[in-house]
Amino acid sequence: MSTLDSKVPGGPLKDKWTTYKDKIDLVNPANKRKIDIIVIGTGLAGGSASATLAEQGYNVKAFCYQDSPRRAHSIAAQGGINAAKNYQGDGDSNYRLFYDTVKGGDYRSREANVYRLAEVSSNIIDQCVAQGVPFARDYGGLLDNRSFGGVLVSRTFYAKGQTGQQLLLGAYSAMNRQIARGKIEMYNRHEMLDIVKVDGKARGIIARNLITGELERHSAHAVVIASGGYGNLYFLSTNAMGSNVTAAWKTHKKGAYFANPCFTQIHPTCIPRSGDYQSKLTLMSESLRNDGRIWVPAKLEDVKAIREGKKKPTDLSEDERDYYLERRYPAFGNLVPRDVASRAAKERCDAGFGVNKTGEAVYLDFKSAIERYGKEQAKIHNEENASAQRIYDLGKDIVEAKYGNLFQMYEKIVDEDPYKTPMMIYPATHYTMGGLWVDYNLMTTVKGCYAIGEANFSDHGANRLGASALMQGLADGYFVLPYTIGDYLSHDIRTGAIPTDTTAFEEAENSVKDTLDKLVNTGGTKAVDYFHKKLGNIIWNKVGMSRNETGLKEAIAEIQELRADFWKNVRVPGGTHEVNRELEKAGRVADFLELGELFAKDALTREESCGGHFREESVEIDGPQKGEAKRDDENYTFVSAWEYKGLPSDAVLHKEELKYENIELKQRSYK
Amino acid sequence: MNLTLKIWRQKDAKSPGKMVTYPISNIEGHMSFLEMMDILNDELIEKGEEPVAFDHDCREGICGMCSMYINGEAHGPDRRVTTCQLHMRMFKDGETIHIEPFRANSFPVVKDLMVDRGAFDRIQQAGGYISVNTSGNTQDANSLPIPKADADLAMDAATCIGCGACVATCKNSSAMLFVSAKVSQYALLPQGQVEAKDRVINMVNQMDIEGFGNCTNTGACEVECPKGISLDNIARMNRELIKAKA
Repeated sequence: MSTLDSKVPGGPLKDKWTTYKDKIDLVNPANKRKIDIIVIGTGLAGGSASATLAEQGYNVKAFCYQDSPRRAHSIAAQGGINAAKNYQGDGDSNYRLFYDTVKGGDYRSREANVYRLAEVSSNIIDQCVAQGVPFARDYGGLLDNRSFGGVLVSRTFYAKGQTGQQLLLGAYSAMNRQIARGKIEMYNRHEMLDIVKVDGKARGIIARNLITGELERHSAHAVVIASGGYGNLYFLSTNAMGSNVTAAWKTHKKGAYFANPCFTQIHPTCIPRSGDYQSKLTLMSESLRNDGRIWVPAKLEDVKAIREGKKKPTDLSEDERDYYLERRYPAFGNLVPRDVASRAAKERCDAGFGVNKTGEAVYLDFKSAIERYGKEQAKIHNEENASAQRIYDLGKDIVEAKYGNLFQMYEKIVDEDPYKTPMMIYPATHYTMGGLWVDYNLMTTVKGCYAIGEANFSDHGANRLGASALMQGLADGYFVLPYTIGDYLSHDIRTGAIPTDTTAFEEAENSVKDTLDKLVNTGGTKAVDYFHKKLGNIIWNKVGMSRNETGLKEAIAEIQELRADFWKNVRVPGGTHEVNRELEKAGRVADFLELGELFAKDALTREESCGGHFREESVEIDGPQKGEAKRDDENYTFVSAWEYKGLPSDAVLHKEELKYENIELKQRSYK
Repeated sequence: MNLTLKIWRQKDAKSPGKMVTYPISNIEGHMSFLEMMDILNDELIEKGEEPVAFDHDCREGICGMCSMYINGEAHGPDRRVTTCQLHMRMFKDGETIHIEPFRANSFPVVKDLMVDRGAFDRIQQAGGYISVNTSGNTQDANSLPIPKADADLAMDAATCIGCGACVATCKNSSAMLFVSAKVSQYALLPQGQVEAKDRVINMVNQMDIEGFGNCTNTGACEVECPKGISLDNIARMNRELIKAKA
């Protein structure tokens, strides 16, 4: 095991970024024209980085697998984006945003990176408003904020329930301006299938044109991986169907360390799965927990009656219900952090209290909220003798104004009216905090290869707070990478264009070609989804919300077996030189089958519970926190960074020790 | 449910296509339309046939990638949804469902149900942006108040997901609803004023170059738009264009 150099600059936390920026090497405008940069992915991180680098004068080649850069999955983010603007005058500051993020991440993120994130958060809002992003405003015409994820201030900026869409369209518009000027060459419907290294430096990629099937060589002086997270490892997740780990994984196989793969966020409020045919899960914004109360029946016979359709949830009286979050966590109740809420739902369902036919659903009930708002409104309107129906109607209007679009979405999917009967929800995989290891410059352990946004690991530790993913993607792309990459590229001004007719490119192209040929020629009988669903089941059951040594060891063995089966029995119809959606899927699932094993191995190695990673062996045995997650700061205050050595089972662990100089490590208590 | 699917199959952009019939059984009302298509594809693969290629990604109605023309309607019979949000409970047992790609000369078929909507990107590149560099030194976001009503209207226009249903459903294959949504968003905001004239002229010009038809106010686009983008935007764009050319 070696120690990793995070290259965090010295000096006081508050001055690190400014001082560092003042001293790093710059590339003069004339030289920028001679430098090419490849960006993989056009979500918030990749889109904002491409636009900014092109504005600065670099030649950017951007790649996405979708038919337009505007469709990257950042588009689906609902709730909002945090920024320490303190517009509400509630005492917010860069330090508070930094503190909340480190604490929320259960003290497993890098202090200096998180502080920089908080520091540039305000610039993001200014930039987006200047681009014409229509954030919500109040009647005075100033920007509105909402509170999010249990923090004590209102720092979340939003655009209805479509904040991700609006921010991405902002970045897309900035890209369009540069595409029109010829500074960004946009490659839609292209997928990166390998990274090319020359003399130890990232110098290009092999990409497959998804329309013609041709393999293309693209060279550059630096490569930026902005390909998002790997939540689709679980098969069912809130990610888009095409979201994948391939770009990051290929980079890992060429020398980039993969950090904290087991840190995954399972979001508590998603619409439960309804059957085996299900292809993805839909998130319902965390904001619903502000007014919804979560419960299951207190008695198993009522669960049975509900599943058989003999009783409805509304038939159960208050004392027949178990509001388990309010019972277990009286201080925070329904507003405990995401990881805690998810585990508690699983605990009740595992005990047999799940309320739908799959046994994996709990109720999210708005009855109390409707009544509370109704009474409040009756008072405001001076209706002293309002009937129960009148109170319900008044209350419903308020709930509709707050969450109407979410209720409508729920009704379209489930075909039940959530105003009349409680919603059913269950946790689902949503975000991955782990990713490619990067230093303070956002460079991976491959020289000249950078990772930004969800694809890297650095800012969210073991659990991400709500409305922080959009902030990080744009911080990396607009305000961090464009500066730090210049420091590296300043040494490349004399290099000239990188030729692609070299051995390095040829070897990479041949190896990609071999893999694709192998996939279309296995002669098996089973569709790719068969393997992906099996992998998802193993991961969900054994490396999901709750993990133990036996299960993790079983998972590793089962994934190895499944991987062997895949390469023997998968069937990919069609050829390599045409549109072939199954071939695309097969390549992605092949990589998930490797990552899955490393994921379980990382979870096995980390014998503590922290954030989204819950080890059943590491719980508080007695005292007021009995049964809760137990972090082990003495032995595990480090980042696990894995080096590829041929097989996931041979991966070598490197540790980056985490130092907390500006924040005191504490146990998170929500009792 | 047992259904009969009649699906447009076309090998690639150059080959002719045709409707092919596929029976499918045991479909549940809770399935989404695309999950039904997944089942069909897995059956085809197991039989050694080529699956039906279709575009899709987020499967929650926001990315704008899915694009089928179902029983003569863009995104099928339900309202205010994309194909991925359409559920099988909208159909009856024994029904025959016709599934075609979005039809418009400016959206050439790539394969089966996939079309090329690159024209939309090129229209945006012609002016769908505000020219502001990323610096960290733009003015404070609150230094320029915007009336809530304007901001809300801009947001309504900005909700467009660029799916192309408006074009597919229009008898003229007009892209006016799409283009006007972007023009409106910026026309309603103070930040968009500086380049307003050039923007509308260049975007409309590009729209014509791409071969989209004209608007004859049938309103079909507004009905089929999964995000409910209003025809008012087209009126606003026309006004902007007249102002710009005056």
